[in-house]
Amino acid sequence: MKTVIAFVLMLVPVLTMPTLSHAQPGAPAVIESFSDPALEKRARNLQRQLRCLVCQAESIDESNSPFAADVRHLLRQQIAQGQSDRQILDFLVARYGDFILMKPPLQSDTWLLWLAPFAVLGVAGAVAWVTVKKAAAREA
Amino acid sequence: MIGELGQLALCFALALSLVMAVSGLMGARTTAAAARRTATSSALGFLVFVVLAFGVLTYAFVVSDFSVALVANHSHTLKPLVYKISGVWGNHEGSMLLWILVLALYAGLVAVLQRGGERLTSAALGVQGLLGAAFILFVLFTSNPFLRLDPAPFEGAGLMPLLQDPGLAMHPPMLYAGYVGLSAAFSYAAAAMMVGEEGWARAARPFMLVAWIALTCGIALGSWWAYYELGWGGFWGWDPVENASLMPWLIATALLHSALATEKSGAFRTWTLLLAIGGFSMSLVGTFLVRSGVITSVHAFASDPTRGFFMMILIAVAVVGALGLFAWRAPSLQGGAAFSSVSRETTLLLNNVFLVAACACVFVGTLYPLVLDAWNGTKISVGPPYYALTFAPIFFALLVLVPFGPQLGWKRGDLKAAWRTLYPALGLAAVAALVVLAIVSPRGVAATGALAVAGWLIGASVIDIRKRKGARASAFAAALAHAGLAITLMGVAGATAWRSEALTVVAPGQKLTVGPYTLRFDGVTREKGPNYLADRAHIALMDGDKVRTTLLPEHRFYPAEGQDMTDTAIHTTGLRDLYLALGDDRGGGRFALRAYVSPLAPLIWLGGLMMALGGILSLWGRLRVKEPAPQPAAPAIAQAAE
Repeated sequence: MKTVIAFVLMLVPVLTMPTLSHAQPGAPAVIESFSDPALEKRARNLQRQLRCLVCQAESIDESNSPFAADVRHLLRQQIAQGQSDRQILDFLVARYGDFILMKPPLQSDTWLLWLAPFAVLGVAGAVAWVTVKKAAAREA
Repeated sequence: MIGELGQLALCFALALSLVMAVSGLMGARTTAAAARRTATSSALGFLVFVVLAFGVLTYAFVVSDFSVALVANHSHTLKPLVYKISGVWGNHEGSMLLWILVLALYAGLVAVLQRGGERLTSAALGVQGLLGAAFILFVLFTSNPFLRLDPAPFEGAGLMPLLQDPGLAMHPPMLYAGYVGLSAAFSYAAAAMMVGEEGWARAARPFMLVAWIALTCGIALGSWWAYYELGWGGFWGWDPVENASLMPWLIATALLHSALATEKSGAFRTWTLLLAIGGFSMSLVGTFLVRSGVITSVHAFASDPTRGFFMMILIAVAVVGALGLFAWRAPSLQGGAAFSSVSRETTLLLNNVFLVAACACVFVGTLYPLVLDAWNGTKISVGPPYYALTFAPIFFALLVLVPFGPQLGWKRGDLKAAWRTLYPALGLAAVAALVVLAIVSPRGVAATGALAVAGWLIGASVIDIRKRKGARASAFAAALAHAGLAITLMGVAGATAWRSEALTVVAPGQKLTVGPYTLRFDGVTREKGPNYLADRAHIALMDGDKVRTTLLPEHRFYPAEGQDMTDTAIHTTGLRDLYLALGDDRGGGRFALRAYVSPLAPLIWLGGLMMALGGILSLWGRLRVKEPAPQPAAPAIAQAAE
């Protein structure tokens, strides 16, 4: 349910997996996976926070697109260079915009997005409170 | 000529829906008995002609009549029959015709069952007729499925392989039966406001239940399909299309609960009306999201802006019209029920508060990026982390409160007594949490909490069932549905927090372990399906040195469509799934392979099934018990038997 035509077309080399332990020869710069489990965990965690820009609603972690593979390689190189998660995310946002973040940032044009569910909860709760008070007054 | 027949049938259906609209609305007046008869018969005529139009299109698909453009663009002679039929709704035009078919079916049911007063039914048919006319106009002018191709091509373009699947063949009709079924609740609510009739909630309840059951099944089916078909082991991605079906479900669930209070104690009259309007509005918004082309997805076949524009106007008229009617008439319906602050009514109200807030999360999360993009061109993504921080806590709070509802009486409940009844369930919650903490590493804090809440809900359901021993089957509906919710929650928690995976390249004879399983890759064979070629991997699930079973994930190529597909293989114990997806050929007999072990994953859909069964139990109880019997007939029968 969570995929796009673009994704389907990109399945042509289905499941080109970048985290393979058996890396293809001739691409030494590409880090397919970290032998250090802590680094690997960081990489996977970052991959899940990023959106594949050419897919519908898939993360960089799930997607089979070449774009996702590139981003995976990029962030793994940066982890290897000792960049922090924050620095890597900032770099990717500077390059691709907020669209790449699965979790929208809290800023001037998104506070409403974050506030709205709880505002609705508050208003509905207040209405319910008044309703119950009135009903209880009638009942007593 | 067959295409023109369908077109003609649709035109007749349009005429009849207009007759139904006018006569139905006229029939809302006390004296207009003739108009009411006309409304009933035109509703049936409307149904007949829509069925005819749909039948014609289905026939064109079955016989591969490529002179019909839609068939040529979406079908192929080599496709198995079942996918020729499901191809009817595997495209924009056909799926809109299915939409109208479901609307007509519900109109027919309203006309035949004549639930509620005759004026109420008539006005409801009138509103249903208006909706029918609007949607037929939409189809005829922007999405005509019967357009011709001249000359007719020799072969069709085929159906997207992703859609050639039994789960997805059934998913849209199921989902639409739910989505569009909410139109009946909408029509009854609008009718109730016109005629000032208060028994509408009782009259409309079977329709609400059928719609809710179908929607529950449709969502579960869609999620199951995504799980086994897409090859990444996920079951819900907060994709706008998934959200489009979740929003009506949340409001429909709120409506079922609120309508119960309206029916039983006369509480929340206006609020229930508003939810009936809101539920179908969410269906319309969902249809708009999926069908207008504002989002792209496998489901969104449409990309013509006039369709989106037409549909937006349609939604605006329906929603603003209904809300206008509400603003005008609702004050006169104000009942002002009396109930204590500790009562069943209060819990149902709280249920509504949380469900509406949960729906607001999904609504804002789905539409905000579209609105923001249109507003200032900023593109943002609203992904799973957003819902984890908004939807999850709100829904979690709701789940914690669920067990209290059934234990509190109408009008005035006893909280202490409810506690005394429920506290053993708290024990089960604690046990569940401790077991989880003992078995798995403590990383799954949220998952542990989820299992504790699931234990609490299941315990409460068992207590509720024991308490009601000997009652009618329908008395167990709520317990079953609530337990189903808990079962789904367990599945979601298990499959999310404790999934293990192996993403690797395997050579023939090579072994690999994932979670508790040892697998051996025994190579790949070439297979030929009815309309595809496949690489079929033979993967042995080992039990020591013995082969317990062989799993056969495939990687298929569909020549007609020129597309590749993965066909996963799943070995399930009922409590744990081993999930395999075959990747591409790496040469020398080596293949890429994805293996996942998802603990508790099957419970996600088992829970959905239980919720639907709860709905069916409730519906069954409804239809067996005769309408408001003036005096109970049972004692008389019992005496006669003695």
